[in-house]
Amino acid sequence: MTPRDGGCVEHPDRGPLSKVEMAALVARDIEPGSFVNLGIGQPTLVADHLPAGSGIVLHTENGMLNMGPAATGDQVDPDLTNAGKQPVTELPGASYFHQADSFAMMRGGHLDVCVLGAFQVSASGDLANWSTGADDAIPAVGEAMDLAMGAKQVFVMMSLFAKDGTPKLVPSCTFPLTGVACVSRVYTDVATFELGEHGARVVETFGITRDALAARLEVDLA
Amino acid sequence: MKVCDTAVEALGAVEDGATVLVGGFGMAGMPVALIAALIEQGATDLTVVSNNAGNGDTGLAALLAEGRVRKVICSFPRQADSWVFDGLYRAGAIELELVPQGNLAERMRAAGAGIGAFFCPTGVGTPLAEGKETRVIDGRTYVLEMPIRGDVALIGAHRADRLGNLVYRRTARNFGPVMATAATRVVAQVSEVVDVGGLDPESVVTPSIYVDAVVAV
Repeated sequence: MTPRDGGCVEHPDRGPLSKVEMAALVARDIEPGSFVNLGIGQPTLVADHLPAGSGIVLHTENGMLNMGPAATGDQVDPDLTNAGKQPVTELPGASYFHQADSFAMMRGGHLDVCVLGAFQVSASGDLANWSTGADDAIPAVGEAMDLAMGAKQVFVMMSLFAKDGTPKLVPSCTFPLTGVACVSRVYTDVATFELGEHGARVVETFGITRDALAARLEVDLA
Repeated sequence: MKVCDTAVEALGAVEDGATVLVGGFGMAGMPVALIAALIEQGATDLTVVSNNAGNGDTGLAALLAEGRVRKVICSFPRQADSWVFDGLYRAGAIELELVPQGNLAERMRAAGAGIGAFFCPTGVGTPLAEGKETRVIDGRTYVLEMPIRGDVALIGAHRADRLGNLVYRRTARNFGPVMATAATRVVAQVSEVVDVGGLDPESVVTPSIYVDAVVAV
């Protein structure tokens, strides 16, 4: 279990975590009965680890609650997709609604948790996940900013280091922001963090000690 | 309200320079026949408001490829198959106003509901809020967002009755009900038009007051 306060738990013999293992960690920390939006990409893996009977309801921002697993074979219906435009299924108790309602649910404080990917997260919870700011990039934002500011809790799932070894948990984001002071937890392949006004606190480490981790980051760890 | 035999008849006159709201999220709810009619009709210098900026070479992408769209207002133009938009954008041949998806919906909802503008928390502190008025309300910062109104809305629904009441199907509902409120002329393509009384009033999502023409395709 993740300690809710107090010290960091080190798992030096376990890790770095795979994406599937990260998804399982995220799923473990979602309260039963929550309304949850899983972002496109890695966060969709979390759905596979939500315990049966947890009563967790998945929201997809294109207009549905109680979204079911991916559709296969005869289940595929072009009128029923997730936010990544992949065919999905509906669970008993599903509901459909239009876009203004779907985003009002977020902004209005009705959505408990969203899980997003990120390019960078700052120690104070700023999120950058929609643009690298590259000159030749075609910008696209979709639901990212609405989710970042709307969900009661924003969890981020990402590798802690970019391919060039640069940390993605940073003192201050250099990429264009998605939202300010919105991320509360970060799940990475080598550590999980809680963020807040106090800065970043290491909750658990995987395959690395807290001290070795701290030496590779520029952020001060609480 | 008119039940039309063809998509071209349902579309009617669209003037050059018009703002056209186009429903759909990916292909779900995309009014493909009405977009084809718009291509045939010939209006140009259009501003298109839609969640995406075309997929593949058909539909909205085909309209873009014909050089008929001056500006796109959308949330997510970049996709694996958005090469038509990508090429125009990189060539500087099309203007883009990028809007967070929820703001896109709410700005049209505001237009349809007679709201002059609204303060919204989405985008605060990001490049998409630069230059916009902000206000702190109860300790939280909000950005002033303006309505988006269309001259024409093209939407895809599931069934209509002969008065123009609309029901949708699953996640194909997406932008249809909001866009139906936000344009001067609203045209819906549906899979079936039923007689008056043929839709359960409790299940009607877009009431007939909003709809000007329907066509079954």
